[in-house]
Amino acid sequence: MLHEKVKETNMKLAIIIPCYNEEANIVKVVEECNTLSIPNVSVEPIVINDCSTDNSLKILKEHRISHISLPVNLGIGGAMQTGFKYAYRNGFDIAVQIDGDGQHPPLEIARLVQPILKGELDVVIGSRFIEKKGFQSTVSRRWGIRILEKWCYFLSGIRVKDITSGFRLLNRKALQIVERDYPDTYPEPETIVLYGLNHLKIGEIPVEMRARDGGKSSITSSHSIYYMVKVALGMFFMTIKVKRYGKHSSL
Amino acid sequence: MENIVPFKIQAISIIGSLIFLALIARLVLKGKLREEYSIVWILCTLFLIVFSMWRNGLEVLAKALGVYYAPSLIFLFGFFAIIIFLVHLSVVNSKQQQNIKELSQELALLKKELNKEDE
Repeated sequence: MLHEKVKETNMKLAIIIPCYNEEANIVKVVEECNTLSIPNVSVEPIVINDCSTDNSLKILKEHRISHISLPVNLGIGGAMQTGFKYAYRNGFDIAVQIDGDGQHPPLEIARLVQPILKGELDVVIGSRFIEKKGFQSTVSRRWGIRILEKWCYFLSGIRVKDITSGFRLLNRKALQIVERDYPDTYPEPETIVLYGLNHLKIGEIPVEMRARDGGKSSITSSHSIYYMVKVALGMFFMTIKVKRYGKHSSL
Repeated sequence: MENIVPFKIQAISIIGSLIFLALIARLVLKGKLREEYSIVWILCTLFLIVFSMWRNGLEVLAKALGVYYAPSLIFLFGFFAIIIFLVHLSVVNSKQQQNIKELSQELALLKKELNKEDE
């Protein structure tokens, strides 16, 4: 009886940290995650090593950091989905996705998780643009984000300001959806459409992000045109897919 | 325009097509080409053989379709067939990519499951 009660109140939260050649940052990020404490929530950081070519895997092993190592490089989407699958199958109630490069402050999770714990929201996005504090990205990128935001609103009627933010918290309902199907490349804007059309409650909470400590953004300026086209198209097809085949989770 | 195709080139194209057919058969037998992909190649070869033997076939076909310059029909069919086949290959490729992704994920998760005791 007692055990059951403890189990009921104690939620399991997984912090999924994708890692591709992040030897400079990964330990710091995980250590920061380990200092996170939320009442009645057990926190487990899990690193997804996406077949890094540097010493990331060695460092993960040396520091005895819990990790999943992919045999081939799948890209951010595939790596993230591996984490979602892990979290879903191991009965986690909440999954948090953060970048492995130190952009997202893990200690903020304690604040961001509150609406999910209260059952008010299904998806929480850590957003840079609600309060204009911290790292704000470059002008051209902000413009790109704004265009995608408008496109998302047009397609799904959902308004999310920081649509490309990769700092997100998902409850089990949302986890169930992404565990099955998740875009391979640049997944963030597409999944907003996916969540929205599945009638999940999405909310944004302001977060102060840092400029990355090391490593490079996956989106370089020469790729930005490709990025915009791929993402816009992906969102469009995602809309049709979900609308046509009904709720995504029933696919 | 009759007998525009000389006998020599006719013989060469028939022999060439047959060699090609034999090559496809060999690849299938050796397991280097899957049967479902061989079908399209076999059809192409048969098509070539038919038109190598039926010397006025192209002219007849062009006339029936209202094409003035018969050889352009070859390009039309050729490009069309190639494009269709390329799309088919992209589909195959996408499917493989999806399968590889899922396999890698399962493998990684399984490895994690096995190593759980060590951590």
